[in-house]
Amino acid sequence: MQTKKIRNDLILVSIFLLFSLIIFLIFKSNSKKGDFATVSINGEITNSYPLDKNTETVIKSGENFENVLVIENGEAFIKSANCRDKICVHHRKISKVGETIVCLPHKTVVEITDK
Amino acid sequence: MTKTKKITLLGLLSALAMVLSYIEMLLPPIVTAIPGIKVGLPNIVTVFLLYKFSFKDAFLVSLIRIITVSLLFGNIMTLSYSLAGGIISILLMFLLKKTNLFSTVGVSIAGGVAHNVGQICVAIFITNTLQIGYYMIPLFISGTIAGAVIGLIGALTLRYTKKFKW
Repeated sequence: MQTKKIRNDLILVSIFLLFSLIIFLIFKSNSKKGDFATVSINGEITNSYPLDKNTETVIKSGENFENVLVIENGEAFIKSANCRDKICVHHRKISKVGETIVCLPHKTVVEITDK
Repeated sequence: MTKTKKITLLGLLSALAMVLSYIEMLLPPIVTAIPGIKVGLPNIVTVFLLYKFSFKDAFLVSLIRIITVSLLFGNIMTLSYSLAGGIISILLMFLLKKTNLFSTVGVSIAGGVAHNVGQICVAIFITNTLQIGYYMIPLFISGTIAGAVIGLIGALTLRYTKKFKW
């Protein structure tokens, strides 16, 4: 068995793992808590909800396209939606500037902004 | 190996790579919520060609596979993502193989990771958001595991075809 090569493989894998760790830390340290949850449908901004007020709104992005946006404790998430995949519903709560929850079939994007 | 034999063989392997690509599409999506997580089955052919034949052959077959599969089953977006990931992947694999410092599995792991990283870079460029970079972390891990499995299969294939008289 070429043990030297296998040792090098493991070194390579550890470098990759190190890389991903570094990227993770860079992303984590660059995040700021946001002030608004901005909703845009089909690329156009429709509404901005302040994160310091607990609200629950229904976003209607088309005929029979609904996403229920909830703002609670400074975080935003989608409680329910009538899209097929419900990826938006399963997404974790967002609160940092730049984070987004996207509902692709409804072309709806909820983005955390600071303005 | 005669030219005709070579052409036939490469044609067959291209078809094989395309079928592997198709099968991969049929597999249930592993780990929801992370788009683009793939096993990388067609890379078995790429790794095989890289080690048994030459970089040119591996590159040609990969190119054929990427273009035809994207045309048949995808769209322009599929094409650009696959092309970006595929080219970076095979270039890196060729370079690493040349250094002779890594085993087949290691080279394949690098190929898998490079493929994913390439695709993420295209995604970041196209959507103009850096947030997608978050995906790099799970993709590094999945790329490593997938690359290891593919590399293992490729290495075994190479070993069992060693005695073949082409």
